[in-house]
Amino acid sequence: MASTETTDTPADTDGLGGLEAGLDALETSEARRPPFRRTLIDKILPPIVAVAVVLVVWQGLISLRIVDDPARLPSPADVAGEFRDAWLQGTLLGFVWTSISRGLLGFLFALAIGTPLGLLVARVKFVRAAIGPILSGLQSLPSVAWVPPAVIWLGLNNSMMYAVILLGAVPSVANGLVSGIDQVPPLFLRAGRTMGATGVRGAWHIVMPAALPGYLGGLKQGWAFSWRSLMAAEIIASSPDLGIGLGALLENGRNASSMAMVFEAIVLILFVGIAIDLLIFSPLERWVLRSRGLLVRN
Amino acid sequence: MAVAIVKAEGAGAEAVEYAARIDRVSKSFAGPAGQQLVLDDISLDVAPGEFVTLLGASGCGKSTLLNLVAGLDRPSSGEISTDGRPALMFQEHALFPWLTAGKNIELALKLRGVPRAERRGRAEELLELVRLKGSYGKRVHELSGGMRQRVAMARALAQDSRLLLMDEPFAALDAITRDVLHDELTRIWAETGLSVLFVTHNVREAVRLAQRVVLLASRPGRVAREWRVGIPQPRRIEDAPVAELSREITEVLRGEIRRHGQH
Repeated sequence: MASTETTDTPADTDGLGGLEAGLDALETSEARRPPFRRTLIDKILPPIVAVAVVLVVWQGLISLRIVDDPARLPSPADVAGEFRDAWLQGTLLGFVWTSISRGLLGFLFALAIGTPLGLLVARVKFVRAAIGPILSGLQSLPSVAWVPPAVIWLGLNNSMMYAVILLGAVPSVANGLVSGIDQVPPLFLRAGRTMGATGVRGAWHIVMPAALPGYLGGLKQGWAFSWRSLMAAEIIASSPDLGIGLGALLENGRNASSMAMVFEAIVLILFVGIAIDLLIFSPLERWVLRSRGLLVRN
Repeated sequence: MAVAIVKAEGAGAEAVEYAARIDRVSKSFAGPAGQQLVLDDISLDVAPGEFVTLLGASGCGKSTLLNLVAGLDRPSSGEISTDGRPALMFQEHALFPWLTAGKNIELALKLRGVPRAERRGRAEELLELVRLKGSYGKRVHELSGGMRQRVAMARALAQDSRLLLMDEPFAALDAITRDVLHDELTRIWAETGLSVLFVTHNVREAVRLAQRVVLLASRPGRVAREWRVGIPQPRRIEDAPVAELSREITEVLRGEIRRHGQH
């Protein structure tokens, strides 16, 4: 070994260090956040323009008398009036809150059930063989189909709403986690094992964080399914005991032949769906992907 | 860490005479044509502080052998013993993209039970050792290929193993970076006194780095020949003695490969 001893002189070390610093500098580039004005023009302006175009076309249909029947197509002003009335009566936020609170609570239940279920399906061979295919099949079953049996089993009450939400969202959440876990690169597992991350520690430190992007995708889809199933349930199963959510509002509008009210409900349903995605899921997903370098910004 | 230290102290009196001992190891896998022998009766010792390269063409089972030493797989027969759990570096950096460079190193520290208060400082030290001071908060995708392999090296060193296993760690890097990392690895090896078992199919790389080059024959893999490399460090890959020995080894390697074309 004596013949192969390293004779690193200080000058030599400095040379190597400087060389490395140069290589590092050459091969990396600083990522900069785009200025706010760019974000405004690239991201915020286009959807505003799209909404404006829809409003103009809509108003045009009314003004040019192409559709001249308020029972079929109310004017934007009529719908706005409906919103104003509901706001002045103090019922608008009530409608929204009734549905959102149901939707989010139901979604949290779906999370609490879907996550361990997904883990079980992903990790236990027998469970996967037994219910894996059913679980993916359930995803393509429209959750409206669950409303009639849920009403018969549970009656017209909130539990029936939650049951429908769960049946709609649990498969998405579980499947998202399963595919997230399936896609964990085997290299990460091997690297983890050589570092001593096996069993529960491996699941916690390696498998779960590696599966996070797939899991988040499942959550996002789970929320969309929750919201849809809830609206279906609210439209079909209306009862005075249930309180008026957005689905019930739509159904009330139909019964009262008030197309403006129907439009009001549709706009609100759409708005809530988009808002939750934009405020919760998209930022979460983008943050996860960006921190892993999986989001390419051009 | 505790385990490794106890082991080292306990062994101090009788002095562990190897960092890894591969004793008559064979490995076969179930293939389409029945059991396929991949490693055939391999015996090899790595002395404490020794740098050994395993050299061979495809099909010599060098990565399989490394997996066995790392404990990721079990030999079909024979025995492998190591002084503590070895650290392993792959051809791909295998850094976790959800953690920063520093946190990757801290995870290795955490998994071997280093208390939280000490982790940050230790991680910074290791980053400094691989000359990446100031990269603690960098994400993996923000680092160049060479920097990633150096963080991976720091993470492997964080395991505080006596033996570092390297599975073609520089094969995917460009030639300039690889050359620099050879110097770096030689320096770190000399500073830390680690034993290294380094797998490669690059003859010059093997000669540039190692004290001993072990040539594996292919299908099934077995030890064909060994060379002691007496050329003093620091070496350069383009040095005449390195080239000379590489030439000799390449001839033997080619002879081994030719045998497979003869029937």
